[in-house]
Amino acid sequence: MQKLHSRQQQWMPVLFLAPALIMFVVYVILPICQSVLLSFYEWDGLGDKTFVGLDNYFELFEDEQFWLALKNNIYWMVFYMLAPPLGLAVALFLNQKVLGIRLVKSLFFFPFVISQVVVGLVFAWFYDPSYGLFNIALTSLGFEPIAVLSDENWVTFGIIAAGLWPQIAYCMILYLTGLNNLSPDQLEAARLDGAHGWKMLWHVILPQLKPATFIAIVVTVIGALRSFDLVATMTAGGPFGSSNVLAYFMYEQSIFNYRVGYGAAIATVLFLIMDVYIAYFLWRMLKSEKA
Amino acid sequence: MFPTPIEKLSKSVNISYRAAIWIALILWLLPLIAVMMTSARSVADINMGNYWGIPEQWMILENYTQVFTSTPMARYLLNSIMITVPAVIGAVAISTLAGYALAKFKFRGNVLLFATFIGGNFVPFQILMIPVRDLTISMGLYDTATGLILFHVAFQAGFCTLFMRNFIVGLPDELIEAARVEGVSEWKIFWHVVLPLVRPAIAALSVLIFTFIWNDYFWALVLVQSDEVRPVTAGISALMGQWLASWQLISAGSIVAALPPVILFFAMQKHFIAGLTLGATKG
Repeated sequence: MQKLHSRQQQWMPVLFLAPALIMFVVYVILPICQSVLLSFYEWDGLGDKTFVGLDNYFELFEDEQFWLALKNNIYWMVFYMLAPPLGLAVALFLNQKVLGIRLVKSLFFFPFVISQVVVGLVFAWFYDPSYGLFNIALTSLGFEPIAVLSDENWVTFGIIAAGLWPQIAYCMILYLTGLNNLSPDQLEAARLDGAHGWKMLWHVILPQLKPATFIAIVVTVIGALRSFDLVATMTAGGPFGSSNVLAYFMYEQSIFNYRVGYGAAIATVLFLIMDVYIAYFLWRMLKSEKA
Repeated sequence: MFPTPIEKLSKSVNISYRAAIWIALILWLLPLIAVMMTSARSVADINMGNYWGIPEQWMILENYTQVFTSTPMARYLLNSIMITVPAVIGAVAISTLAGYALAKFKFRGNVLLFATFIGGNFVPFQILMIPVRDLTISMGLYDTATGLILFHVAFQAGFCTLFMRNFIVGLPDELIEAARVEGVSEWKIFWHVVLPLVRPAIAALSVLIFTFIWNDYFWALVLVQSDEVRPVTAGISALMGQWLASWQLISAGSIVAALPPVILFFAMQKHFIAGLTLGATKG
């Protein structure tokens, strides 16, 4: 970076930054503050707001629906964590140079490119209780059929599995690029030392894939906490709220139940959970920036 | 290369590997293949419970024609284009400017601003929902394409600025410095020196956020309500409510909705992947 020479240069960065910054402040930064503020009010979205202090939060912590949604978000996070290792497995499987492999790789990536609404539909069809592929497979293996999307015990896992589909594809691409950038010298040296298979993967390959793993984990956690599209299209949180997650619960309360202040409190809780990861990401990113 | 190149192994391993990748691919895409097949089925076929076999009767032309004639699918597609294209252009334009400022100018608060753009890009949509909806309503832009476009431009500016800044940081300072010594104005330096160099990054970024914005569902629900403005994601889910029994039409509609980003992905694959992994390779 250079020293600033003239007046003109001092003002230039401000001008260059202004459009993006103004938009970002108006549509992202201020709304965050307004939402947090709104969570201390009772509001139906139209009439007057009433200040109620922490009442929304007290109510929230006694609301069974909230705990159910939070529990489901934790399931999402835990099971979504399968995406990075599975993505790595697929990437290792496909990291060869045979005829047609480029096409196979792109087609494997397919689920990430299509909209989650379509993914939801694809899986609703897959889980169909009477003729869906999933139940045909189950019965042919000698199990009882399961109506995944209308069964309180299975529904969340069914939706998570649908979400894992594009998420694994995403992680796979991250790892394929990482595998492409491995240092050939280190591989050669390790091979000369007699390393191979699992040992090689653990001690030589994985350390070199660290940047890919970092991004894969971050996008997976954020994806799990952001889960909305699939829940909204596949079940709308049902049956009886059993597949609800915080993101959908908030939407439901604010839009359908006109409880905007309460919705803001849910959003604030979700935001605070997410902040832990955002802070961690920023810390890592800025640290590598300084190095 | 890791794992060991398969060519170095025995012939039988090679043959089975080559077969295995295609079998794995078919299994991986099986749920999608079922929907594609369904989009070509007749109603009778579906009523008989033939959900995933070969259609008894191929109705590709009939079903896809019906999607366009008896549902507002064409309208939804057009809406998606009218929303996505301006939003991509807007977000990339303002972010290239901001990314250049953050990458090549030293000023107080630079890192803090950069961190704000990155952090804001990860926040849950729900924390923005009510204020953004109110703001859009109060500007008279509720249920208009402009309302959605403005939001997408603003929100994507976070990710795009991060992306452009990281790319521009890697450009040599000497070029810019040399132009400054010559007395070239800052704006001209940006336009004639920086911009030509960042073209590959702009291509990668545009392809990537095109799919992000095209596939957006949440904001389409929150900021829009009529068929005249609704993009294809919200359109499909509205159709699902109305056409619940007509799976062949819903399937055909979904395939149509998924096509534009898929085509773009295949046409610009290299850019797309470069865009997705920029952060991963830079760490």
